[in-house]
Amino acid sequence: MIALRHLFGIAELDAEQIRYLLQLGASFVGLSRRSIRKAPTLRGKTIINLFFESSTRTRTSFEIAGKRLSADVINISSSTSATKKGESLLDTALTLAAMRPHVLVIRHALPGCCHFLAEHLRETSIVNAGDGAHEHPTQALTDLLTLQEHGGFVGKTITIVGDIAHSRVARSHLLAARKMGYRVRLVAPKTLLPRRVEQFGCEVYHDFDEAIPGSDVLYMLRIQTERLTSNCSFPSLREYHEAYGLNGRRLAAAGEQCLVMHPGPMNRGVEIASDVADSAASRILDQVEHGVAMRMAVLTALCGGGEEA
Amino acid sequence: MRACDLLIRGGRIVDPAARRDETADLWIQDGRIAGMGRFEGWARQEIDADGAVVCPGLVDMHVHLREPGEEWKEDIESGSRAAVAGGVTSMCCMPNTRPRLDHAGVIMQVKARAKAIGLCDVHPIAAVTRNLEGRELTEMRELARAGAVAFSDDGMPVWHAGVMRKALEYASSYDFLVIQHAEDKQLTEGGAINEGWVATQLGVSGMPPEGEDAMIARDIMLTRCAGARYHVAHISTAGAVSLVRQARNEGLRVSAEAAPHHFALTEDEVLGYNADAKMSPPLRTEADRLAVIEGLRDGTIEVIATDHAPHHVDDKRCGLSCAAFGIVGLETMLPVSLQLVRDGALSLPDLLAKMTVNPARLLGLEAGTLAEGAVADICIFDPEATWTLERERLFSKSKNTPWHGKVMQGRVTHTIKRGRLVFEGGKILV
Repeated sequence: MIALRHLFGIAELDAEQIRYLLQLGASFVGLSRRSIRKAPTLRGKTIINLFFESSTRTRTSFEIAGKRLSADVINISSSTSATKKGESLLDTALTLAAMRPHVLVIRHALPGCCHFLAEHLRETSIVNAGDGAHEHPTQALTDLLTLQEHGGFVGKTITIVGDIAHSRVARSHLLAARKMGYRVRLVAPKTLLPRRVEQFGCEVYHDFDEAIPGSDVLYMLRIQTERLTSNCSFPSLREYHEAYGLNGRRLAAAGEQCLVMHPGPMNRGVEIASDVADSAASRILDQVEHGVAMRMAVLTALCGGGEEA
Repeated sequence: MRACDLLIRGGRIVDPAARRDETADLWIQDGRIAGMGRFEGWARQEIDADGAVVCPGLVDMHVHLREPGEEWKEDIESGSRAAVAGGVTSMCCMPNTRPRLDHAGVIMQVKARAKAIGLCDVHPIAAVTRNLEGRELTEMRELARAGAVAFSDDGMPVWHAGVMRKALEYASSYDFLVIQHAEDKQLTEGGAINEGWVATQLGVSGMPPEGEDAMIARDIMLTRCAGARYHVAHISTAGAVSLVRQARNEGLRVSAEAAPHHFALTEDEVLGYNADAKMSPPLRTEADRLAVIEGLRDGTIEVIATDHAPHHVDDKRCGLSCAAFGIVGLETMLPVSLQLVRDGALSLPDLLAKMTVNPARLLGLEAGTLAEGAVADICIFDPEATWTLERERLFSKSKNTPWHGKVMQGRVTHTIKRGRLVFEGGKILV
């Protein structure tokens, strides 16, 4: 087995560690389908979920993952505004770390917040549950586990559509793709693409319809509607939906084998049409289910296996 | 028999102002350079400079001393100590203090404090606009009479084109120099580091190089129409270097300074979220770094200045995106810049000119030369000595440097201010 000290991002993992985590994740899928959904793996371990951005699915997913493995899980939600809270973040983390949890699961708007905290926290393992526009490693791992259960991902093409500039999920996939042998296509107007993103080794499209042929997965990103129209990233939701929304016509063009994914929460009728979200091609709820198993795997790799050395 | 107060024996004397580069003795009497050549006679005090370089005390035309208002970061005394430890004997402090350097009284207060400390001349740069707000001009004539040597809203750009035009027109009516922190805030808003591959990997908002280029392009046009003197602070992009080169070729009175970090480091330094590599303008790409070096080499950039920007650890220890902009530079300027000589980009006299006579001439300072009769401000350094920089040992109150733990080559051994030895062997002598 492979033990991890922290999980900052896909950047810090190698292919062997990712394969191991996926294998471990697969072994936990069945646990959540049994009538007794509990294993003793993390008995005596304390996990704190520290969420500075609102989140339902990721926080709940971590909470259920910890509880199904018998860990003591504490949730803390603090809805501070995006930035300028760095110092209070450090003090909060130091305070919680002094209560000696084994794992601190953190979501914060500050990119690199896990690297930053790890410089100051001595013993606590840190899991990145989303740091600004940087990484969201457990989401990318969850997506790979989902695909592994639905025909695999090696050699496949995942087409990620939407606000790439602000997407931590897109970055984690761009890093994972090269390590794990799949391709990523990005689809967005230039206003939603970060500078030099092609250096990740991906294909970049501005026309969604051009990107569809050959795509094995259409991965739709949530549009932060309130933020993006006001800073001129696109003129209107109507035009966005027309250019980058996944509708029935585009799904048909993609072919029968093509899957639809979304990290949630969805804006129905904006980046994804309702009927597509609920269609047979959609793996969106499978992603949510596999998220629990994947986070069980991550927590186990971080603090499973009895006393750490 | 001849006598002098202080004799510097046998050093390599490099005085770019006089195009002098020779091994000789240099002697000082009554706080001024008394002679150069072979000294025979009695000296009250003697420094053996064998193997060392003896040059004019360095002139750093861009520092933030934080006094008045933010003395927990730096004050004129600690800044002066850092200066002489770095071989700097004259420096120009920027006006973004609290209160701002936008009234004659504050200018006089800063000068009086510096004079009382007596380690390093401090020449204030006054604000272009009241309270650095970019709306109304300061009383430039009175500020100049009080001792301001140039005008800048540094930290902030003079963003409004109409105000900048008037500032250039008014200032140049009296031959005052306007220094611009060139940053179009509408392009850089929210940015923390250079917009590019590193920012994209880190998920951190970027400041595009076009934010600097666009404002310089605009300012050059305004400088042309106003017939003004315009100086670009801390130039950092290939585009900006090329714009300044073009303007100078055209004969416009446009000048530029580069900070050591912009020709020594790139945006890669920020990987790992290193807040001590965060400043404005940010570290750019390798292509930009090489363009700045080429600008120094071909004379487009005539000044090296530090943009010494002390910040308390609390202002840096809050994650890259939230951390304050700036690094300290006074104590690393010389060793970091000497790399340009070791790499063959500049000769030693050409390098030292950019830290002595060039800024002195640009600002009309009585400094930067070893001519007989000149004020004896002298820096003596061992160009070969290697040492490891430890932030705890900096004389500056603030320790925000990207060179902590790095090996430096070249070390100031002595600093002389008005004929008085003020720094020797790592110690301030006061």
